[in-house]
Amino acid sequence: MNASLIASLSPSLQPQPLPLGGQASCGFPSPAADYQVPDLSLDTLVGIRPSSSIFLLRAWGESMQDAGIHDGDLLVVDKGRRAQPGDVVVAVIGPEFVVKRLALDEEGQPLLLAENAGYDPIRLGEDEPLEIWGVCLWVLHRLAGR
Amino acid sequence: MAFALIDANSFYCSAELLFQPWLRDKPVVVASNNDGCVVSRNDLAKALGIKMGQPVFELRGLLARNEVSVFSSNYEFYQSLSNRLMSILEELAPRLTINSIDEAFADVSGIANPEVWGRYVRDEIQRRLGLPVGVGIGSTKTLAKLANWAAKRWKARTGCVAYLRDRTRQEKLLRYAPVGEVWGIGPRLSKRLANELGITTAWQLANAEPKLLRRHFSATVERTARELQGIQCFPFVDGSPERKQMIVCSRSFGAKVFSLEQLERAVVTFAARAAVKLRQQASLANCLQVFARTSLFSPGDSYSGSRIIALPYPTDDTRDLAQAAIGGLRTLYRPGPTYAKAGVVLSQFVEHGTITGDLFAPKPRSNSEQLMRVLGFV
Repeated sequence: MNASLIASLSPSLQPQPLPLGGQASCGFPSPAADYQVPDLSLDTLVGIRPSSSIFLLRAWGESMQDAGIHDGDLLVVDKGRRAQPGDVVVAVIGPEFVVKRLALDEEGQPLLLAENAGYDPIRLGEDEPLEIWGVCLWVLHRLAGR
Repeated sequence: MAFALIDANSFYCSAELLFQPWLRDKPVVVASNNDGCVVSRNDLAKALGIKMGQPVFELRGLLARNEVSVFSSNYEFYQSLSNRLMSILEELAPRLTINSIDEAFADVSGIANPEVWGRYVRDEIQRRLGLPVGVGIGSTKTLAKLANWAAKRWKARTGCVAYLRDRTRQEKLLRYAPVGEVWGIGPRLSKRLANELGITTAWQLANAEPKLLRRHFSATVERTARELQGIQCFPFVDGSPERKQMIVCSRSFGAKVFSLEQLERAVVTFAARAAVKLRQQASLANCLQVFARTSLFSPGDSYSGSRIIALPYPTDDTRDLAQAAIGGLRTLYRPGPTYAKAGVVLSQFVEHGTITGDLFAPKPRSNSEQLMRVLGFV
């Protein structure tokens, strides 16, 4: 799975608050759906501030579909965060950004895992340092058609 | 007293490399979108001998032979990245004045170890935005600027952070630095200083007779010399002896504003006023930013919108600027909030008369210069 920049994000000084419509159950309807919650801002929720290190990237490819990242999804990526094993990361491999889950092998060497049985993990060469560009915090997956 | 000058290294190139990091170890230039002249070079492109302002078509052979990546300017993106950079600096520095798109002065007088602070700032910006920056620290703005030059001149040794800690270090740098590298001196003045007074280094300028400098040149040159001695002459807030690299026209409204029409009228006025200032300093702008916001003291319906617009060609034409400002305003405007402030920011200037036409770019208005000259009188 690869990623490309879609737009330089320009955070507003005052994020736009949106009403949070309570909880939505994916199982049976929740009896607690009625309680009122204060307005939230999508910017604030995903960590966008004027000084933030958050960028939006468009993901493409199928290799992370089991992690819920599909072709065409939007990734909210934090460039400033230090990646930990287990994080979904944007790594620089050759002339490309790739989206994979960061793991460590038995020897403690970094490994980039795909989350799709059809794709092999990426192992880096001896003297090839892994360059992580950012850590994926959120994925925005479009449900309704255009 | 201690001041720091923080600026991004080859800002436009570094901005492009942020999203194509695999090109980092290759030569990269950014060309102006109007006339295709080089406006930014990374170190590897500089090493190839590519000069600032050189037309790209002249370089075609060299660029192809050395696999130089050429980007055309994306002024909206640079401005938005610059806004983030400055926000981070605002967060990290006690006091800040923004000098230009990629450069700001910070007052670091209260900081116990400015060098440690400088390294921290450099690392934070690298980590959060992936932008390499240089930090120069000295007891005056002019010394800070010269320290910044030194920081970049000896990148490997300084890591792009230099602090003129004591007199000895300061003197060493002043004796080495050509006078043309001093803030506000530039190539024309440095030639005259050499011809008329035999001054070729920063040290000679610092030790020249102040009265002589004032008589031969200007009070600004005299003050620059004093600043090199460590005597603060350019106040921290807006004391730039250079031409402005950013023009801001904004105002808080006396009465609350609700309608788009009212905002449009205000924004056109700001654009016109900014255009006058722009023409006074013979610059053309590449980028315009327009913003409108509610009062900071009415958290109820707070809203702040801002749009960055890359102008189709570098311009000082009031009509172009007003049109861009209105276009931006219409996309950021939301009905409902009571607006308390709006403004227009012009940035990314080129000097008037330095650009040549591009066959494929939109044409600037043909009668603009004459008309704007007339407007200058009214």
